[in-house]
Amino acid sequence: MPLTITEKILAAHTDQKKVTPGEIINVKVDLVLGNDITAPVAIQEFKKLSFTQVFDREKVVLVPDHFTPNKDIKSAEQALILKKFAQKYQITNYFEVGRMGIEHCLLPEQGLVGPGNLIIGADSHTCTYGALGAFSTGVGSTDLAAAMASGEIWLKVPSSLKFIYTGQLSPWVGGKDLILFTIGKIGVDGALYAAMEFTGPVIQQLPMADRFTMCNMAIEAGAKNGIIAPDEIALAYVKDRIKKPYHIYQSDPGAKYAATFDFDVTPLEPQVAFPHSPENTRPISAVGNVLIDQVIIGSCTNGRLEDLRLAANVLRNQKVHPYVRLIIIPGTQEIYRQALKEGLIEVFLAAEAVISTPTCGPCLGGHMGILAKGERAIATTNRNFIGRMGHPESEVYLANPAIAAASAILGRIAAPWEVS
Amino acid sequence: MELHGRVWKFGDNIDTDLIIPARYLNVFDPLELAKHCMEDINPAFAQEIQPGDIIVAGKNFGCGSSREHAPLALKAAGVSAIIAPSFARIFYRNAFNIGLPIFEFPPATEKIRTGDEIVINMATGVITNLTQNEQYQTTLIPPFMQEIISAGGLINHIQKNKRKGK
Ligand code: SF4
Repeated sequence: MPLTITEKILAAHTDQKKVTPGEIINVKVDLVLGNDITAPVAIQEFKKLSFTQVFDREKVVLVPDHFTPNKDIKSAEQALILKKFAQKYQITNYFEVGRMGIEHCLLPEQGLVGPGNLIIGADSHTCTYGALGAFSTGVGSTDLAAAMASGEIWLKVPSSLKFIYTGQLSPWVGGKDLILFTIGKIGVDGALYAAMEFTGPVIQQLPMADRFTMCNMAIEAGAKNGIIAPDEIALAYVKDRIKKPYHIYQSDPGAKYAATFDFDVTPLEPQVAFPHSPENTRPISAVGNVLIDQVIIGSCTNGRLEDLRLAANVLRNQKVHPYVRLIIIPGTQEIYRQALKEGLIEVFLAAEAVISTPTCGPCLGGHMGILAKGERAIATTNRNFIGRMGHPESEVYLANPAIAAASAILGRIAAPWEVS
Repeated sequence: MELHGRVWKFGDNIDTDLIIPARYLNVFDPLELAKHCMEDINPAFAQEIQPGDIIVAGKNFGCGSSREHAPLALKAAGVSAIIAPSFARIFYRNAFNIGLPIFEFPPATEKIRTGDEIVINMATGVITNLTQNEQYQTTLIPPFMQEIISAGGLINHIQKNKRKGK
């Protein structure tokens, strides 16, 4: 029977030959992930189990990234729970501030995830790693606790939705625009419980950073996972990084999809998602005059080196608008260092932007750029829910890094071609 | 077992940031979290909810982040069950895992009104609306999920299997 890539990876992690959508299966996990918000709850639950160790101390990853560097005493105490647990159980993949990064930028960069792997993380954007042809999905803290102990988790096999992108991408249009456009079309529950499989000639030419961005936001359509079959681009990315075995799967011709969507991207403009939902998308030409107070370039969606390069191309020899704060957050220490080497940091400083150490920070309204009542931000992040970046009466608009950078210069949501 | 409570209604796509904003996630004590539950959408909710009250909401309830703090906060606030046409998948798992019963019922928001007094039969999934004198059948919970609930949540379920040497 022909299977999708998602079904093949799931089946390979059971003792079954095949799996069928809707079936509940028990799978072995290759990696489990927790952060400074979700892991403390998981650790508390783990302690209730009579396990004296984690299932594999090299397959548990703990990344304090949300409120770090710790913003207050309470968050410091949460982060400390992670550190103590890592010490006690000799977890090899604990990433302290200074060598860390936003988890979903960090894990692929560190070679901890690869094609064909099955990863669960107590963070909804764990679906990011599907860009490498892995099955990865977000779960809650109790699931994380159970998987840390047993190395297994139950999953319902998702049905798959196929997205085929054809045509030619215009300049300044990339992965962020493709995924915002797609969510705008299908809605925030358009892929509920399903796997989103991104395919077509446009995807085959898409750089890794853009692929991560797309799979990252699969959850914003309600999906269980986003996935792109590994090709030379994906293999070139993992080649010098990966530290463990991996396996390349492809969907079979004739595999069953619950639905197929065809998008011709040639007419696609950069997209902006208006408050308070990622499905509220408009092309940049239909945005109108939206004044802004803050710009965030970063997050697990668009905090990679390619994103910073894009922003720097727009910001070079420009200045941030006098009444706007531009906060740039490299996704990991490695990205930060590389940005420094390439002179990007210099471009940002010359433009009078703020550069932050890697952190989730403002993306979830944690710290490092919180909005006051009535303030408006444009961000390269993934969510613009009510109160997401601060006051419940503030607003967040989502866009790609070039749009964000142009907006910072002009003080209103703007396209890079408007910057002189 | 039966759940009996008064109904609070919410719209479509209630996300986990609305259920419990991230600014309060520097603690994970459910009672602390409960104080801020739903605060950005209904500031009176946390004060006025009575133990046993039931939430009836629109589609895709609990979308957004994986924070288990969301069902934990609802449960600690006194919510005994949630009824909605559909749930976001991580929220769905989390609710079962921590023992907060949730029920899928597509016409939920049309049939049930704010303040209605309803009784849910956990075993059959039948809702009795005492205020409107009506009965509804919700989608049956898969047997595997029922096992988790009857064990008292995922952690107990695993512990039980471990003892059995499974
Ligand atoms: S950057 Fe934002 S979306 Fe990504 S893991 Fe951090 S808080 Fe979540």
